This record gives sequence, C-alpha cells and structure tokens, in this order.
Amino acid sequence: MRAPLSWLREYVELPAGETGRDVAAKLIEAGLEVETVEKLGAGLKGPLVVGKVLAIEELTGFKKPIRYCQVDVGQSNSTGEPQNIVCGATNFAVGDKVVVVLPGAVLPGDFAISARKTYGKVSEGMICSAAELGMGDDHGGIIVLPPEYEPGTDAIELLELVDEVLDIAVTPDRGYCLSMRGIARETATAYGQQLRDPALLDVPSPNEHGFRVEVADPKGCDRFSARTVTGLRPDARSPIWLQRRLQKAGMRPVSLPVDITNYVMLELGSPLHAYDRERLHGHISVRRAAPGERLTTLDGGKRKLDPEDLVIADEQGPIGLAGVMGGVNSEIADPEQDPATGEWRGTTEVVVEAAHFDPVTVARTSRRHKISSEASRRFERGVDPEAAAAAAQRTVDLLVLLAGGTAEAGVTEFAAPHGPRTIKIDAGHPDRVAGVAYGREAVVRRLQQVGCDVYGQDELTVTVPSWRSDLTDPNDLAEEVIRLEGYENLPSTLPRPPAGRGLTERQRLLRRTGRALAGAGYVEALDYPFVGAASFDQLGLPEDDPRRRTVTLVNPLSDEEPGMRTTLLPGLLATLRRNEGRGSQGGQGGLALFETGLVFRPTGAETRATRLRVDARPGDEEIAALGDALPEQPRHVATVLAGQRETSGWWGKGRAAEWADAVESARTVAREAGVELTVRNAQYDPWHPGRCAALYVTHDGAEVLAGHAGELHPRVVKAMGLPERTSAMELDLDLLGRAGGGVVPAPRVSGFPVATRDVALVVDESVPAAEVESALRGGAGELLESVRLFDVFTGEQLGEGKKSLAYALRFRAADRTLKAEEASAARDAAVAAAVERTGAVLRGAEAGPEAPAG
Amino acid sequence: MMSAPNKSYDPVEVEALKPEVIDQAKAEALAAVAAAGDLEELREVKAAHAGDRSPLALANREIGALPPHAKAEAGKRVGQARGAVGQALKQRQEELERERDERVLVEEAVDVTLPYDRMPAGARHPLTTFSERVEDIFVAMGYEVAEGPEVEAEWFNFDALNIAPDHPARTMQDTFFVKAGQGAGNGGESAGDEEGESGVVLRTHTSPVQIRTMLERRPPLYVICPGRVFRTDELDATHTPVFTQVELLAVDEGLTMADLKGTLDHMVRELFGEGVHTRLRPNYFPFTEPSAEMDMVCYRCHGASVGDPDRPCRTCSSEGWIELGGCGMVNPRVLTACGVDPEKYSGFAFGFGIERMMMFRHNVEDMRDMVEGDVRFTRPFGMEI
Repeated sequence: MRAPLSWLREYVELPAGETGRDVAAKLIEAGLEVETVEKLGAGLKGPLVVGKVLAIEELTGFKKPIRYCQVDVGQSNSTGEPQNIVCGATNFAVGDKVVVVLPGAVLPGDFAISARKTYGKVSEGMICSAAELGMGDDHGGIIVLPPEYEPGTDAIELLELVDEVLDIAVTPDRGYCLSMRGIARETATAYGQQLRDPALLDVPSPNEHGFRVEVADPKGCDRFSARTVTGLRPDARSPIWLQRRLQKAGMRPVSLPVDITNYVMLELGSPLHAYDRERLHGHISVRRAAPGERLTTLDGGKRKLDPEDLVIADEQGPIGLAGVMGGVNSEIADPEQDPATGEWRGTTEVVVEAAHFDPVTVARTSRRHKISSEASRRFERGVDPEAAAAAAQRTVDLLVLLAGGTAEAGVTEFAAPHGPRTIKIDAGHPDRVAGVAYGREAVVRRLQQVGCDVYGQDELTVTVPSWRSDLTDPNDLAEEVIRLEGYENLPSTLPRPPAGRGLTERQRLLRRTGRALAGAGYVEALDYPFVGAASFDQLGLPEDDPRRRTVTLVNPLSDEEPGMRTTLLPGLLATLRRNEGRGSQGGQGGLALFETGLVFRPTGAETRATRLRVDARPGDEEIAALGDALPEQPRHVATVLAGQRETSGWWGKGRAAEWADAVESARTVAREAGVELTVRNAQYDPWHPGRCAALYVTHDGAEVLAGHAGELHPRVVKAMGLPERTSAMELDLDLLGRAGGGVVPAPRVSGFPVATRDVALVVDESVPAAEVESALRGGAGELLESVRLFDVFTGEQLGEGKKSLAYALRFRAADRTLKAEEASAARDAAVAAAVERTGAVLRGAEAGPEAPAG
Repeated sequence: MMSAPNKSYDPVEVEALKPEVIDQAKAEALAAVAAAGDLEELREVKAAHAGDRSPLALANREIGALPPHAKAEAGKRVGQARGAVGQALKQRQEELERERDERVLVEEAVDVTLPYDRMPAGARHPLTTFSERVEDIFVAMGYEVAEGPEVEAEWFNFDALNIAPDHPARTMQDTFFVKAGQGAGNGGESAGDEEGESGVVLRTHTSPVQIRTMLERRPPLYVICPGRVFRTDELDATHTPVFTQVELLAVDEGLTMADLKGTLDHMVRELFGEGVHTRLRPNYFPFTEPSAEMDMVCYRCHGASVGDPDRPCRTCSSEGWIELGGCGMVNPRVLTACGVDPEKYSGFAFGFGIERMMMFRHNVEDMRDMVEGDVRFTRPFGMEI
C-alpha cells in the first residue's frame, strides 16, 4: 500500500516539519513494514507554470513532426510576452492549457532547463509530459490541463508534484492497512492524535426504493449496499487532485466513475464496483455459480465458473466474480465523442456496489482463476463490513460532485445479522505474555486506541472493531498492547531450561562421519535433491531398478527433474564434474567429495495424507497414519573421488584415486559408527562390474546390505562426462547407526613379546582375500593378535588362474611369552582352516625356526 | 715427604719407568690426542697411546719387576699419566662426536619452506558447521536437537501451525507439492482435498518439527531444529530453492516475550561477539502470536555507519541493523493442536536462514557459492566455523 504523506495529513494532525522518514520510523515501531519512503519532486525547481497555447507553427523537413509554439505564461516570465517553445508532441491544439517549464528551472533527475537552439529555432523552455515531471510512466504525450486554470499559475502546487510516499508491505493479518483510513489510524495512535475518520459519513437509512438485490448466500456475502446515481456527464473527467492521488498510490487514472471507485477503495479500504445500469437486466443477485456458467472478466479472461465461485448476477447470468473482478457485460463504458456532433456518449447511470464477501470464498476463487486484484487482495485480508454503507455513500457523493450526477433516493442494504465480536481476556494477560508489568490501565488504554470497547475489571470483555477481523484470541489483543507499548521496550531475560541430554547418538554419528571424511581429505558438498529420468539413465540403472521409483513433485523447478533423489550419487557426481570443469582441484590434484543427506524411497503403500483436526490433539493412530503417507527418508552418506588421491611432487610420485579408496571411505564411516563392514565382490549399477564391493553390516544378528563402493562403470563415466576411473561409495548411514554403537570393551593389552609368522597361500584367483583372512582368523585361535595381508602376487610359477596371498600373523599370549612351537602350532591351525575353507595351498612360511625354504 | 735415608733404594734402574720417560710418553700422548682431527684418527691415537702396546701400558707392566718399596711411587706415576691420557681421549672423543653430529645435522638440513600438498585437505560444508555452531550454543543451555522429515505431510507443515487451507500465508510460501499415487494404495481419507492431492509437500520451513516435538514429548520442551527446507525460488545471487533453517522452540510454564528476546540476545552475542543485541519489530506469522521480526545490531559498524556517508557499511547497507528472521510467542492455537494446554504453558519460537547468516557473517556475496559445492569455496572453512 502506497500512502502519500499529503493525503495522510488530511486525517491526522501531524507536526508541521514531520518528514516521511519520521512518520515511517513511527509506523515501523508500531509494526508496519514501511519498505521505502519515496520523495516525489525531489530536486524539482520552478518556474513551472500553466501555459495557454496561442499559436502553433508546424516545422517541416525533420524526421518527426516538430512544432514551434507561442505560449502565454502570464506574468511568470516577468515580461508577459508569449514564450517561444519547440515541442515534439502533437496531442494538443491552439487554446489548450499545458504545463510549461521555463529557463532556470530544474526538472527531476537534475535536468536543468535553459533557452537553447533546436530545430533551427530558439526554444525558451519546454512543454512537459507527465513522465518528465515524475508523475508516472504515462507516455501519452504532453499534459493537457482542464481549461479552468489561468496562464502563469504555479504548476508545482497545482499538480502536487512535491510529496512523499510511504510504501508499506501489509502483512496478511492487517487488511485494514490496505487503506488510508487504516494507515491514518495507526499514524494517529503513534502520534497520540485523534483520527479524523473518513468513514464517519451521514448515510441515509435503507429503504424499499433502492435497486433490487437478492443475497442468496448470506455466508458468502454478509453485507451488500447498492446505490444508484443518474445523470452522469459522460464528458466529466477526473480532477487533477483525484488523478494525482491515484497516481501516487500506484494506480492509473482511467475514467471518472472508475477513478472514483478506486479512490474510495484506497481511502476506506472497501472495494467497490460500479455497474452500468442500462446494461443490467433486472435485479441483481448474489449466489454461487451454476454448473456451466461462464463469464468474461474485465481483464479479458473467459472464465468457466466453478459451483463454488460466488457471483454477482443479473437475470441473464453472472456479471461479476464477487470480490474478485467484474464482468465486461456490465462494464462502465469509456466516454466517446461523436465526431459528427461533438456530443459525448458514455455511461450516464450507475449502480454502485459496496459489499463484504467471505475471505475464504474470495481467496479460493482468486486462486482458482488466477486473478489477484486490488479487491481480492483486500477481501482475503479482511475488509471492514461496517464501512460498506459509508463507502457507497462516499462514491455517490463524489459522482454527484464531480460528474454532475443525481443520487436516487433508493438505498439498498442487506446485512446478515451478527452481533459484535467480543473476546474475554484477563487484564493481566498481556503482562504475562510480555514479561512486563504494564498494568490494567495501560492495557485498557491501548485496546481502546486500537478501536476496541473494553469492559470489566480483572477480566476484560473486549469488543473488537469491525475492521479488525484478525483479532480473535486473547494473544491477538496482547500483541496489540505490546506493540503499542513498544516491542523495543521489552526487557531481555533468559529462561532456565531443565538439564538436557545433549546430542543423540544419531546426531553424534553424523558429526563424526563428517569429521572423519573431511579428515581423510574429502570435501563436503550439499547438493539439490532433484533428479529426473536422465539422472538414472546416465547411471545406467535398469528400467525396473527400484531407485527409479521416486517421490515426484507436482510443480518441480525443472520438468527434467521432477523427482526426489533415491541415491546421493547423481548430485554428488554432478558436483564432481562441475569442480572438474572449473579446474577447482588445482594444478594436478584430485577431487574427493562427500555428502550426507536424506534420500527419499517411496514405500509403494503411501496413503493420502489427511487433514487432521487442529482444535485438539489428534489421536495417536491418526498421527501415525500421516506417517504412512510419507516415503522412507533414510540418511545416506556418499563419497566420490577422481584424479590424484595423492599428488606428485618433490617427494616423489603421486597415487591415483581408485576403487580401494572408495571402499576405504566406507570403512572410515563404519569405524565411526562402530561397525565392522563385511565386503564382498558384487555387480551393481552404476559400478564397474569387476570393481564393485557390496558392503554388509550385521544388525539384529542378520547380515544386511548397507551400500556399495568401488570404481564406476566406464560407461557411466563416459555418459556423465566424469574423469576416468571415478570411484564412488554410498552407504545407508542410519542403518550403520542402528547396527553399531554400544560400549566398546577395552582390549587386554599384553606386555609379553609377540611371535610373528608369515604365510603365503596360493588360491584360485576367484577366491576373495576377505574369505582367506576370515579362515585364517577362524583357525588361528585366541593367540592370534592380528592378521595383515602384505602382498598379493600372481605369476607363471603359480600356474594359470592362481594368486598368492602373503599374510603376517602375529601371536601373543596374555600371560606368558609364547614358545616357538606354540606360535607355529597356531599358525598351522590357521593355515589348515584356510586350506579347508578356500582350497589354499601353503606356498611357504618364514620366520619360524622350522620354516622350510620357499 | 718421608725423609728416609736413600740407602734403602734399589739401584736397579728401569728405563721405562724413569719419570722423564713417563712424562715424555704422557706428553706425546696428549699431543697426539689433541692433534687427532677426526674420530678415525682418534681411534688410532688411542691404540698407539692407550692401547696394550703403548709406552705407558708397557711401562705399567714393568712395575711388577720393581722392588716393593719402589712399586708405589712408580705405580702412582704411571697411573696418573694413564689417567690423564684416558681423560684427554674421552674428552676429545666427545668433542669429535659432537663435531661429527653437528656436521651431520648441517648436512641433513632441508628447505622447510618446500610446499607439501601431497594429500589435499578435506573440509565440511560451512552450512553444516554453522548449523552445528548454533546447535552447540543451545545444547550448552540445555536444549536438545530435534529433527523431522523433509518430505512432510501438509498437516504438519501448515494446518497444525494455524495456516488454514485458504489462509493467505499459505500462498506466501511457494510450496513444492508432492504428487499423489506414488505408491500402489491411495486408500486414505481425504478431507475436502481436491482429487489427486497427496497432502504431502517438501517442508517449506523447519516449523513442522515444532509440531512433531510437541506431539512426541511433554513440556517443558527446549529444542533446536536445524534442517533443509524448500521453496520454489529459482537459484540466483540471493535465492535458492533449497536452503537451511534453524528453528528454536521453548514451551514451559511462564515463558514470556522477554525470555524470547533474552534468548535471541544470547545467541547473537555468542555468534557475533559482545555488544551485539537484537531488536524486535511487530510482524505477522500464523503460528506465533504475538509475532515479531528480529533484527540484530550490525556487528561490524555497530550502527556507526547510519547517516554517515563517509563510513559506509557493506554488511548492513548502512542501516545499522541486520534482519535475522521471524519469531514470536507460540500461538496458543498451535499448542492446542498439539495437546499442550495453553492455559498452563506458553512458548516461544524463532527461525532464521543459515545461508543469510553466512552471507553477512562471512561476506558471502553470491548464494550460488554455498550451493554449487566448489571445493575452492568450502575448503577454507575447515572442520568448524
């Protein structure tokens, strides 16, 4: 809402020197969001005067029509002689009154005017357009003034060019501030002044003679005033003051009747509508639309009406969407001049509607038809129903005054019966909400300033004013008191919460995971969760892969990505590629990224989420049912890496990132979760079929798949434009959290010496190292301290399809130094288990006294 | 000195034990020790002058042949000489070892200014660590961290927060709606929903976590809820459709707006330093009543830039205040919907965007930098912020 300061002063006695910024500061304290204070005519300097065009000479030989005019500017040029002015506009004639800026003046935008030679003539000033004067963006040529102004009259004052406009963002609860009346009320309170309420008008009592209106839906329309004005002069134009106020408020002058309804809406906040009575067929009714009814609205939209739409109709059908927009079929006609007779034709009789419509109905219709109008914005946010009759009266008065009309005696008024709204509130309630002792007296005074009637002592009965539909609860009244007492005066105290339990295990794990991966050189990324079919195609997922079943958005940002991610990889790989493309990794470094975040897996059994009650706590079952409407949303962790894991440098060669780094990143996470990962070879998209590890954890005694790691499939690398050999890992972090944790039992650390035995086992290449190690562990018994694979070897001497795995076994006893034969026996048992379980053949064993040569 | 007559002296003279010979051998030995230039030479000197075949060692052997009365004197002389040589050797040995060690250290010197970017450092995203920093402020006060789903039922995101279906506030937030019929069954009752609506959205704020918390736990409740939220804004320098909010909720007996203000003041002091405080301006949110917009004093200029064109402040655009977010007393209707008795309990809540805070705390100029995951942006933030 744009509120010109000059207009505001009409209702509030502001101190003389008060600037727009001063008023804005007061209103901000009172809770209005004043976004800007616009200074109109800043830097404007006269002389700027009314001129009368005496003669026009059309200059020829230029690319556009140029006029050389003699303009009478009275005595304002101190000679009384006509000014000679060159003008490029043609929308005026000899005898017209125009606005002339004389040499020495400065127009907005630091535009200094002087006499200068142009088009072969000396131009002593300029004839002005609205845009040049900062009056608006109207480019319809120069301003032609009504004839009644004398040449030489100061146009700065006449056109009210110097003013300040407060632009206020009105929150949805303060619909009354979408009017000068409402803003003036807040201003008056802020300055401790009386409001001159523009809605306090003498309105004649309703009678039987008014235009017939039937309200069939008093829930949708609880107030309807109709008045008729006849004998309007079609040639009557809006006076300058009216046009200027509309312009300053951000509206464009159209025609007198329309301008008047807009003006009254701005003034009182009541949207109005004027119907051309001659175009109405019979009486007006307010009802819901009938199936199949249609209406062409004023914006030209052809609307198919919904049975829920509230319409204004005459006997032939709908003539307007109630509270949203009128129809073209009853539109006020633009005045037209008959070229032959010079006679003006246009609307001469109007029916004025001032009504109050149900906010929800208006909001739905507005949303349904995608029309947001000045009227609908106001009705949605609350219009004063009691102001309807005054608004109709004000409109009638202006039509009579400015358009020469005659008000008919008939006054139609429909009002659905409802009493004043009251709220009971403990007089101490605002104090308790604020934590400040205002006292009963201050509370009552503030509520009265808002417009409430207040009765009672300790318990107050508060009747809220008709324009404050937002005041319904005691806390609403508390807010009024506290804001008027000043939010800035609230003290600052700290509550004392009871002892808390700190972070949950899940939250701790998330933090540890991030720290561990960052410590291992990974940089965290937070990617958008939006995916599309192309994302999965690039990953090479089969058509029936469950990861392709996504939660899908009705209104995605991009139609290409309507789904929510089921895996972190598309986003993280795209970020890897972005970094690579930008060269963000630096000279020869690599990229290693990680992400933790939710993925969204439809359960396939989602129910529709219902709208539960809000007047009391819904039942546990109902709440649980809402959970059934949601997909599973586990938190995953993923890493991706490419390029050099360790860079080359003066220290020597670097090392390329590979599948093993990805698997190791999974182990890094697992360590933080306190779980042991079981790693198995697997084939799973989008990984390289020979370089993919499936990662299992044991949860509740069962082995569960927790994720995958390894090198990406070369096809995927190519499809996504990734660096060669990009590797990736993804794990269900929540699953790891459930599987891990618990109290770590302290290891028994023996001080006795270690006995080391190395063994080399030859197995088929298809035998996973993890199985051999597991067999060794199983067979070695409790003397075994650790097993470490220190070499993998293939070669001709082993034979086709064989590999040799060399392990260092360390044995130690808790209570004694091991004898050589004890360690060797344990070694032999370990080897025997490996032989039995994996078909291994002992290739050699060293470090034992009886070790045979290899 | 014992003055005995010289007659008891055995005239047998042993050449090697003559005092001048001993002194001579000692002097030579000491000279050789001093002359030894390195440990190798010293080893040779040691063999020559203190070894088994050295003059002093040979002299020592002669002592046994002396008559008893002469043994003591000769033994003393030789012993002192050998002692002196041994001492000198030891000293020289230490000296030379020290010299050698120093030389080795000099030889082993390297250029410690050589760069070492062998394993580039990792880092956590500043939005993550900033959230944690805020969490930690409140966890230290006794608050707990609460979480909720990102794909959320509309009832949690809107209705329970006093945002009725046709409330204008519902259109203020541009919501991502989820399509119905994701799964096989759609058997749920729909309360006046239009056909095909799932009743599920991407949460537009972290406030539904308030609702979940109140439904799951009993007051007193003190929780902080960080998380991702979604609105249908296009990504540009100041907007992102996916961003991070932190929400706080306190529900207890007797909580006031003054408590809300004190809690906010505490937070901005912890994040921005002493002397930074907040102000509240009236505003409107359906889920709080009274509601307020919260600003904090600009932590850089502390308001000094206001009206002083010579000292403009980029952080607050010379406004002196920085807008943080929204807050207020939990609307009693929200308490009621969650089964919390508004006659007994009151609550306060606030929420703000982490991205916005990052922008003015760390001078992030472009929202996209926080979204795109460029390692050059993230790496300097390290592990904590």
